[in-house]
Amino acid sequence: MVNTKVDLLGITLDNPIIPASGTFGYGYEFAELYDINCLGTFSFKGTTREPRFGNPTPRIAECTAGMINAVGLQNPGVEKVISEELPKLKKVFSKPVMANVSGFSVEDYAYTCALLDREEQVGWLEVNVSCPNVHGGGMSFGTDPNAAAEVTRAVKAVTKKPVIVKLSPNVTDIVSIARACEDAGADGISLINTLLGMRIDLKTGRPVIANTMGGFSGPAIFPVALRMVYQVSKALSIPVVGMGGVASAEEVIEMMMAGAVAVEIGAANLVDPFASKKIVEALPAAMEKYGIQKLEDIIGKAH
Amino acid sequence: MKQELLTVIENAPLTDAVYRMRLSGCAGENRPGQFVNIRLEGFYLRRPISVCDFENGVLTIIYKAVGRGTDAMTRVAPGEKLDVLTGLGNGYDLSAAGEAPLLVGGGVGVPPLYYLAKELIKRGKAVSAVLGFNAASEIFYEDEFRALGASVAVTTVDGSRGIKGFVTDALPESATYLYACGPLPMLKALTKACPVSGELSLEERMGCGFGACMGCSIMTKSGAKRVCKDGPVFGKEELPW
Repeated sequence: MVNTKVDLLGITLDNPIIPASGTFGYGYEFAELYDINCLGTFSFKGTTREPRFGNPTPRIAECTAGMINAVGLQNPGVEKVISEELPKLKKVFSKPVMANVSGFSVEDYAYTCALLDREEQVGWLEVNVSCPNVHGGGMSFGTDPNAAAEVTRAVKAVTKKPVIVKLSPNVTDIVSIARACEDAGADGISLINTLLGMRIDLKTGRPVIANTMGGFSGPAIFPVALRMVYQVSKALSIPVVGMGGVASAEEVIEMMMAGAVAVEIGAANLVDPFASKKIVEALPAAMEKYGIQKLEDIIGKAH
Repeated sequence: MKQELLTVIENAPLTDAVYRMRLSGCAGENRPGQFVNIRLEGFYLRRPISVCDFENGVLTIIYKAVGRGTDAMTRVAPGEKLDVLTGLGNGYDLSAAGEAPLLVGGGVGVPPLYYLAKELIKRGKAVSAVLGFNAASEIFYEDEFRALGASVAVTTVDGSRGIKGFVTDALPESATYLYACGPLPMLKALTKACPVSGELSLEERMGCGFGACMGCSIMTKSGAKRVCKDGPVFGKEELPW
């Protein structure tokens, strides 16, 4: 019997498979299809201080080996997430869950994280710094090491739970952003968020997405994600959660060899609702194929 | 929702661009107004298509070749197997029909109303259907609706067949309830023209088709709703127009 257990910041996961935020709702849509307790954990839908409808539609565009989304963080707001979504989640998922948080100011992040800190089932806070900073000219927090560090410090000050900062790949030097977060007290890093992309409708000559641009995800981005996970995990001493285009157990192994301690599954859940479950089930055989007894042993093997 | 591997038993054109596909081996439940989401070789996202009929495990869908994906779909041969998510969305509420429901469809909005008409007629309802098309060459399923026992009016924009104009030019004097599916301008015009209560089936570009990605959300009078999961059928009074 192979050992798929991994440690994620003091909490043992039965396996490293984590459906990524925005592709798994608050879990209960998928719990209608299968017992989601087979997962390591999952990262719930990006939650903000205030309720958000998000962007106008169309929000989705198809690409070769992937898709673009510009949902715009639609969510009911942190108070409703705590009062309505988490009780429903608790009924179908008994493990610690990863709370994904977004904000448009440093205060937003701190406010939302302080409320989620009190929730027993939240095991980790995953802080998405890809959103625009409304007080910083609309530039994403995640593209400026100082802004990313400021968010990290503010969140760390209001929570005892492990803080994982989720980074945007749309930067020139991912390592400098990651290092700034580590220096500001981040317990872990997750990456990559989506790559900025767009499509144009040939019939109208207009962008397909109402918001013009959106986040590109899916199998096409896997090599970019793998490269960034490798660079960041090699340079930092805190754990890295890898994601970006992962759709198979083999890619989970590859991501871990690049340095990931756990792996998030994103777009794959949207084209096959059973994708994460299938990867969990395929993992032991894939490990045996490559002579891996203990999954933790291969983390960063490529370094 | 069920993920199923279905066998194509028919895939043939009804008009220049509109095709009918029949798939066998469907074990799930598919109600009128629900849709299926089909995975095609070489395409990342699935294609959501409304259910036109469902009987004895055979699923009938009617689709229009409008882009690369649906073009590729026309080339799927009988005997091939397709990965399909079945039983998606809420479907129409048949219990609201009253005795003489009115069904209004425009273009490829017509197919889901066929299955609805069949089920309503089974329940003894006097179904009237208004089917709108651009031109005579684009008409399909007129005879099939008549064969069910529905009273049918056809409109064409260019007047090449039936009543010249839009579906709103052919509405019967009275009806107990409205069920509609078609392009957004048609649904908006119907909402104004038809005084009775009813349900409208909407279309939106979707990511997953089962409620996970929030790609197809619309704002209704009762807040944000996902067309794929909370819809595609919405109460006429629930929509903000």
